[in-house]
This record gives sequence, C-alpha cells and structure tokens, in this order.
Amino acid sequence: MQPFTVVEGVAAPLLEDDVNTDQIAPLGSSAWMNPDYAKMFFARRRKTANGADEPGFVFNRPQFHAPEILVTGSNFGCGSSREAAVWCLQAAGIRCIVARSFADIFRENCLQNGVAPIVLDPDDAHAFEALAVTIDGRSKIRVDLAAQIIKLADGTVFKFELPLADRTRLLEGLDDIGLTMKHLSEITAYEERVSLQHPWRSKP
Amino acid sequence: MVLTLFDKIWEAHVVARRADGRDLIYVDRHILHELHAPHAFRKLEAAGRNVRRPDLTFSALDHTPSSNPGRDENTNREGAPLIAAMREGSKRNGIRVFDLSDAEHGISHVVAPEIGMVLPGATHAVPDSHACTVGGLGALAFGCGTTELEHILATQVIALKKPKRMRIRLDGRIGPHARAKDVALKILSVIGSSGGRGYTIEYAGAAARALPIEGRLTLCNLTIEMGSRTGLIAPDDSAFSWLYGRPWAPTGAMWERALSEWKTLISDSDAQFDAELCIDCSDLEPQITWGTDPGQVVAISGRVPDPANAEADRRPLLEKALRYMGLTPGMAMEGLPVHRVFIGSCTNARLPDLQEAAAVVRGRKVAQGVHALVVPGSAKVRRDAEALGLDRVFREAGFVWGETGCSMCVGANGDKGERGERILSTTNRNFENRQGAGARTHLVGPTLAAAAAVTGKITDVRKLMTGEV
Repeated sequence: MQPFTVVEGVAAPLLEDDVNTDQIAPLGSSAWMNPDYAKMFFARRRKTANGADEPGFVFNRPQFHAPEILVTGSNFGCGSSREAAVWCLQAAGIRCIVARSFADIFRENCLQNGVAPIVLDPDDAHAFEALAVTIDGRSKIRVDLAAQIIKLADGTVFKFELPLADRTRLLEGLDDIGLTMKHLSEITAYEERVSLQHPWRSKP
Repeated sequence: MVLTLFDKIWEAHVVARRADGRDLIYVDRHILHELHAPHAFRKLEAAGRNVRRPDLTFSALDHTPSSNPGRDENTNREGAPLIAAMREGSKRNGIRVFDLSDAEHGISHVVAPEIGMVLPGATHAVPDSHACTVGGLGALAFGCGTTELEHILATQVIALKKPKRMRIRLDGRIGPHARAKDVALKILSVIGSSGGRGYTIEYAGAAARALPIEGRLTLCNLTIEMGSRTGLIAPDDSAFSWLYGRPWAPTGAMWERALSEWKTLISDSDAQFDAELCIDCSDLEPQITWGTDPGQVVAISGRVPDPANAEADRRPLLEKALRYMGLTPGMAMEGLPVHRVFIGSCTNARLPDLQEAAAVVRGRKVAQGVHALVVPGSAKVRRDAEALGLDRVFREAGFVWGETGCSMCVGANGDKGERGERILSTTNRNFENRQGAGARTHLVGPTLAAAAAVTGKITDVRKLMTGEV
C-alpha cells in the first residue's frame, strides 16, 4: 500500500450529506472483471439524462478533473460495502477525504487503500468547507498526516485528529494481512480450542 | 462480569489483539459472492497466499444471475464472466459453490439461516453490507470490503475496532397489518440513515421477541441502512425450534451441547449500553419511503413532508429527493400511480413474505400497465412456495415468477426500471438510480407491494382487504 505522508493538491467541494456508494461507484458497468474505475467514478451523476456532461457537477469542472482532496458532508460512503467506491475515488486522483463523518464500512475500506478519512471539529469543518468553495481549486491545499494539519496557501491551518493506529497504518502504508499474519500461531491455537469446546462451530 | 449479548459473542471470538489495538475476530462461516470474490482471489493468488479454511468458506452466486424463468449463467451476459471466474476461483481454492442448479442456491443471506449454516452466537462474514441479516438468529455478522474479504480468506479472522453498543427496545404489540419491515422503516424514520453509525444494535423488547424468525431476519437486514454495520436479536426458544432439524444444524448430543450454550446468549439484566432507544410498535401502520434515503419514511396514510419544516442544512437534500421522486410537499402517498412492483431480495423474499403478498394478490389481477416481478430469495423458498401453489397465484394474476437471486434490488442482473417509473419494492435501498437510471423506488413491505401491483397505485392494503378501495 502506498504510504500517505503529505498530500498537496486541489480540494473539490461536494458539500452534500449521505453521498452513497451507489453514486460513487454505480453498478451496471460492463467489463466487471476488469472495470475502468475512472469511468465508473460518479458515472451517473457526471451525465445528464441525455448523456451529455452535467456542467454543474463538481468533478466535471476543469479544475477538479484530478483533485487530490475531496471535501464533503456527513455519512459519506453509506450504503453498500463495495470497495470499488474507494478505488473509483483513487482512480480520480483522490487520496484524502475531509468529511463531516464517514459510513463505517467505507471508512475501513479507505484505510485498506491508503486513503485518509479526515474529520474536522464541526466549527472548523464549516469554515474549511466555506474556504474550499471560495478557493474553488485555484490554489493548493496541503494535508500533513504526521503533523495532523491541513494548511491552505494563505497559511491558514486546520488541525485534525486521526487515531494513532489508523495514522500509523496510513503513514507506513502497512499491509493489513501482513499485520495479522504475525498472529498465525494464536489463530491455530484458537481453532484447536474451539474444536474441543464448541465443536459445532468448527465444522459446518 | 456484566455483559451485553454482543460483548459475549465478541469476547468468545477474540483470537488476539493486534499491536494497533484491533481485535482479531474469528469468522465461523464466510460466504463469498461473484461480484467481489473474483477480485479477491486474484489479489490473494498474486500475493502467494492460500485460503486458510476452505471448509468454512462458501461461494454464492446471487448478485448477477438473471431472474428470467429458465435462465442459465449466460442469460445475463454482463454477469457471465463473474460467474465463470467465481466457479474457477472457488474450484482452485477448494471452496464449495452454491451453484445455480443446486438445492441450496439463493441469496446468501437467505440461504445461510435456512440451511442452518449460521448458528446463534457464531460469527459470519460476507462481502456484502446486508450480511447483518443473520443477526436475526443471534449470530454476529459483518459485511466487509474486498480487502477484508481477502484478509478473511488468508487468516479466517477479521481485524476490527470494537464498536459501541446500542439497544433499541421495541415495545407494545405489533398489530395485524404491520410487519418487521414496517418496524424497521419506523426505526429508520426516527434515527435516520446514520443514527446507528459506530454501534452494534441489539433489538430487544416485547415486539422484537414477538417477531417470527423470518421477521427478525428482515429487521436485522435493515440495520446497515441505519448506519450500523451489524445488529442482532437474542436467540430464544422460537429461534432454537426454527433452527432445529435444518440440514446443517447440529444434531443429537451435539445439538444439546450447543443449545445449553446458546441459552446463555442474552444481555445481562444490568448490562450497560452506550445508547438506548425505545419505540412503541402498537398502532404501527404500514410504512413507505417517500424519498431517496431509507430514512425518508412516512406511514401509508401520510403525506409527502415539506422541506420547509426541516432544519435548514437538511433542506437541499430533501428538495433534491422530492425532485428526483417527482413529488411535491403535502401530496398524499396513497393514489400515486405505480409502474413496477418488485417482491424479493434478502430483505423480504422468504416464504412468509411471499405468503403474505399472495394473500393480497389471490383472486386479483395485476393492474394494466404495471410490470410485477416476484423473485423468491432461495431455491428452497421457491420450491416451498410452489408446493403451496403460490407460484400459480402470482402467475395467474400476471406476475412474473422469477428465478432466485438478488435481482432488481441491486439492478446488477439485468432487471431494472425505466427512467421516471415509480417502483414499489420490498428491498432495502431507495437510492437514486439504484433500480435503473432515473427510476423512483419506494421501499415497502410485501403486502403494500402486492396491493400496488393489483391496483396500479400506492394503496393502503388495509383498505383493499376490507373492500374500501
């Protein structure tokens, strides 16, 4: 997994609550075995009913064709567990999401892929969202995960907190399966114990 | 020590605590499906890792198979490569497939309880957010992403931060016209689609205990729509007798041994919850969603809400939902014209769901211009329904009697609505475009769906059955 240390780039504001994974990564795309995640990314919202580009949609605006940062509302990523939602965001260039809150499974999927899920204090979130709209992609925003700060081009700083374990995993780009593999002997011991004490669980 | 039901199951499954503070929770049964597993097989093999417990892992083919009568794996051409990859990947890794022609075919969340694969107090994982369905039997289930799925294949554990605990107490007596779906929609109308975020929900109270097992599965199914990854109900005698004799359930002395342990699966009387909510289920009307979020719910006799009455920052979302749904504030839900009806999915496609819908449909015809589809949740539900003659009731009325699978719930198998069509659907998500680009989904229980099919409009089933409409 690609470590996340500092990301500097354009911040696209999609200031809505409850943006779900059906919107981010709609199904119904052909070639599911080898999907084009960039094409899948908000595929329906990017088009009008007659198939033209939806001009008002944030990711259709030229300055937001490859934003590094997404700024959005509460419960981002609700709905299905599909990890393609994160892969679509990554295919669009996004490495960091600043939201009011994240849906549980989506947040886990972010951590699995080196995408930083950041939540600011409510007052800061309000100010930061307003600034992201004002800046409108004209200047870059810097996210420093080790320092847990977001810095705007004019020097304005917003602090955030990400739990240490999540931060470390992102900073070091740790492979989750690798972390668990260190516990194989405990898994084996657990299986032996269950097969004696709760045998109906160990055999279907 | 005083513990909640959730804590008891969690603690019994902690294998180790990882250096990053996550608990490694043992997964007793893991079911894959064809939309995500082929990608995980590919990643697992590229990393040179093996499936640790193929004997605890099963492959469902539920998301993409066509529901057209007489279908095969190629009927839905888009899904065919996934089904092929799923069969091959499962074979390479020694995993049993519940294939299209097998007796155990169906939606994994319907099949797993029905064959007795999931057991009270056991853990379960599926790379699908509706894994939480099986909490209805007192199992602890987790929907997961593709990397988590790969993680479970390699290690048979899932690395989780322990969620908080919420108890939703369902009081009162559910009347004859409300069902588990209505209870779940009512809860959603109270806590919204993110009220449960970060929690595991335990449903308790007299009304929860009074639900039949199929209803408990329906209720737990909608837990993810409340924002919670999982929810469950303490297993009791009705759960045990429901499970007894199912093909994969333990038998004889093993059953007795399991049973004595299962009887301890209750929250201790003074156990602490991080959040509690009580909902009175007496006088509960059939419920229906009006918007594009499962929390946007009104009673069938209700009217479309006015965004002006909502908090300012929520208004744009409500207005957007109204525009998408083609509704204006104050409109009555009853009487809105319906173009399509879908009865099916892991939410509402078990035998009692079909029986309740058939009781409404019997002796009536699908209204002109309405496309009505019923898709049993599993091959067993389909067989049992046919043995009761329900297929004839539906077909004679003008319904399509589909082959089992997720079908129109997720719109990945070719079944979907057209732009602007109003759909009454017994499923779980009314998101924009989910059941077809521009299609307008209202979530309801099976009886409201059936009533809409035969009248061509949103209809209070209570009035239909008493001859008022």
